[in-house]
Amino acid sequence: MRTLTIALLASLLALPALADETQTQLKDAPGRDKVEGNCAACHSLDYIQMNSPFMNAATWDAEVKKMIKAMGAPISDADAKAIKEYLVKNYGG
Amino acid sequence: MPAAEVVAVNQCSGNRRGLFQPHVPGVEWGYGAMGCARWKGARLKDVLDKIGLKKEAIEIVFNGAEGPAFDKTPDFIKSIPVWKAMEETTLVAYEMNGAPIPHLNGAPARIIVPGWTGTYWMKHVISIKAATKPDSNYWMNPAYRIPVGKFPVVARFATQENATTTPITEMVVNSLITSHADGAKVKAGSVTIGGIAWDAGYGMRSVDMSTDGGKTWTQAALGQDLGRFAFRPFSLALPAKPGKLTVTARASNAIGQTQTAALILNPAGYHHNVMHSVTFEVI
Repeated sequence: MRTLTIALLASLLALPALADETQTQLKDAPGRDKVEGNCAACHSLDYIQMNSPFMNAATWDAEVKKMIKAMGAPISDADAKAIKEYLVKNYGG
Repeated sequence: MPAAEVVAVNQCSGNRRGLFQPHVPGVEWGYGAMGCARWKGARLKDVLDKIGLKKEAIEIVFNGAEGPAFDKTPDFIKSIPVWKAMEETTLVAYEMNGAPIPHLNGAPARIIVPGWTGTYWMKHVISIKAATKPDSNYWMNPAYRIPVGKFPVVARFATQENATTTPITEMVVNSLITSHADGAKVKAGSVTIGGIAWDAGYGMRSVDMSTDGGKTWTQAALGQDLGRFAFRPFSLALPAKPGKLTVTARASNAIGQTQTAALILNPAGYHHNVMHSVTFEVI
């Protein structure tokens, strides 16, 4: 296999684009710090609120598992448990 | 390399996901995860011709400058079939609407894949590879896939297909009423309703509108044609009697495809092209 690479932009200087997060305030409850500390590293916390009307314990469990297994999020078992409990209790539909 | 231009719609694969019933988890888009712009750049074909693409190549693979926050998170990499890469309208663009591409739209260079959903329009391009094997990264499989045979799409990505799923490719024919919001109050008499229609580049044949839930249809006038990949405006004046008036728009393209009346369910919530309706309060 011959792989051809074109280095188009060897010295790309892309400034980080920060999304406006001022709107996103998660409910203050036990586990919030774990959600903010783990989830917001990669994506907006808006996703939690926008999906919350439809979510339950099983679907939140599936989401957290997906983030760890498919997306490679380095979340400890203890944090994952706390995150799931927080989401189900506060954003569980 | 010579510059080429194309006016093309860039639409998220999951546009309108938030309208799915039953709910599909993900970004709960409404109608607006799309845009149409004039793109200018080098033809990807010219870039590949200059390199000298070997006949063994089956996919062209793109990567952008952005990267994941963690080591184990899959980097966003996408491929397209060679046949699509070699189309005259597939670009490595550096301008959007006559100005350098803004950062959030993919500066300084972005892949433009007219007719196909936005997932292939790699931003901040830093590498273009020719591959002799199907790319197998997360964002090609299992992400961004649709069930085989469920949607009326022509463009196939054969090297990525399996027995049950295939990558999302071209957009399905669609339209949106943009002149009025749902619940708009209008005066009795006549109301001119307009919007935009688009498809994967086969071209719009017609947009029809109904005020009786789809029993009868009236053809709208099509507006300026900026090319087969662009939003095509439409408008129609309809009689409006006092009371509720529900108007439905239905686009059909040049190869006979028409918007669906019933949502086509799929696990990721892609390709929502249910006919759009707006209900007016006529006073």
